[in-house]
Amino acid sequence: MKVPIYLDYSATTPCDPRVVERMLPFFSDTFGNAASRSHAFGWAAEAAVEEARSQVAQLIGAHEKEIIWTSGSTEANNLAIKGAAEMYAQKGRHLITAVTEHKAVLDPMKHLETRGYRITWLPVDGRGHIDLQQLEDAITDETVLVSLMAANNEVGTLHPLAEIGAICKQKGTLFHSDATQMAGKLPIDVIAHDVDLLSLSAHKMYGPKGVGCLYVRRKNPRVRLTAQLDGGGHERGMRSGTLNVTGIVGMGEAARICREEMATEIPQVQALRDRLQQRILGELPDAVVNGDPEQRLPHLTNISFPYVEGESLIMGIKEIAVSSGSACTSASLEPSYVLKNLGLGDELAHSSIRFSLGRFTTEEEVDFAADRVTGEVKRLREMSPLWEMVQEGVDLSQVKWTTH
Amino acid sequence: MAYSEKVLDHYQNPRNVGSLDKDAQDVGTGVVGAPECGDVMKLQIKVDDGGKIVDAKFKTYGCGSAIASSSLATEWLKGTTVDAAARIKNTQIVEELSLPPVKIHCSVLAEDAIKAAIDDWKRKNGKLPAGGEEQSS
Repeated sequence: MKVPIYLDYSATTPCDPRVVERMLPFFSDTFGNAASRSHAFGWAAEAAVEEARSQVAQLIGAHEKEIIWTSGSTEANNLAIKGAAEMYAQKGRHLITAVTEHKAVLDPMKHLETRGYRITWLPVDGRGHIDLQQLEDAITDETVLVSLMAANNEVGTLHPLAEIGAICKQKGTLFHSDATQMAGKLPIDVIAHDVDLLSLSAHKMYGPKGVGCLYVRRKNPRVRLTAQLDGGGHERGMRSGTLNVTGIVGMGEAARICREEMATEIPQVQALRDRLQQRILGELPDAVVNGDPEQRLPHLTNISFPYVEGESLIMGIKEIAVSSGSACTSASLEPSYVLKNLGLGDELAHSSIRFSLGRFTTEEEVDFAADRVTGEVKRLREMSPLWEMVQEGVDLSQVKWTTH
Repeated sequence: MAYSEKVLDHYQNPRNVGSLDKDAQDVGTGVVGAPECGDVMKLQIKVDDGGKIVDAKFKTYGCGSAIASSSLATEWLKGTTVDAAARIKNTQIVEELSLPPVKIHCSVLAEDAIKAAIDDWKRKNGKLPAGGEEQSS
């Protein structure tokens, strides 16, 4: 077993070796510009791009003509949200999203807010779910887009796409979903889920970084978007720029592998995730699993460790690569806004760790990680004045702290 | 974030972790910070009749730099006098541990903890005006 152990698959995944293999010829041999219509170099590149388009379309139950290549999910989200808002501004200037969305959705929404659009920010409950009735009530004749992620990146909570899609369809508004975390991990069907716009990223599903796509529905309804990048009119005029052929080929291969192997991969990775979680909770009964323990991504668990601080914990388990909801690991001093919106106090938000497993995670790694984490939490607790107070029977909520 | 060697050393091998009897006459206890801010430091000193600090202990809930700041503080406190301890400045901790700007608050907290522990000892031993918190000179 090699250390450090990678348990941060929700941040990014390694490229599957089969993906790399498939990409290699497109750097120097089949290097043509897919937009070159006048020679064989261009035709070969175009053929590869179209094959990849078909692979990605199949992963989500779409038609290949509905796939618009982008540089990743952030660009896809920007194109979906700003593109729809601009295109349908005549209908209205209202959009709906939730407070736990990724920044790549929240920030484009805030941008629109400064341009005179009205945004409804739906709250979530303690498990990260929106209230569907509240969503339905928020949609008006002026609502042009509802944007709700398929799976949350921090806690893994799954939104009920089919139910949201049905509400949007019935109310006559477009439904965009950021499926960055879910694509390739759980089945998605844009027809069954009534999704109109769907963002995907290659590097979250064992493909390369710097490539992604936006699914744009072509029928019932035909969705139109105002381009955010103008240039040569590539990608049905919605996204200009020479295609990243190598990356696109990689994304296509990554999508094919995910689609073909998902049925066996889901139970395997879920069993490892459950093993990790059970071993940690078995040793540390007061640890708290954040989000929805049932309706969540199979490969992820987000756990808070009361009485120890997140950054010091991360520091102590440096053989394990994980993400923390702690303020100290980021430039800002605020702990995770996702966890806070789930109602966690700052203290628990500070001490949360997201473990995300993947295709190459082994049982040995999981056991090592569980032992290291529980050992370090116990060591830090012995150093923690909070733990000492709790052992003495002090109710921490009644203590008058000297804030600074 | 990259930590200095000294922060890592104090984090991995913290000095003087533990607790003294907070009810003892010769022990001063300072608890500063708040859980929602991400740091709570408890620092204790044991003072002999001559005003010398003969023992110091800490417990800290906080990041590695907070743990290192309090661990270092106990090292400095042991063997010094109460008067000298009151003159310890957070900037000395910053310098010794090479703390980056975002971690300066950890050193401030350690200085506050030292002062709080001294004040507690003084209060217990009738060296503070009633209700007043003497500023160290």
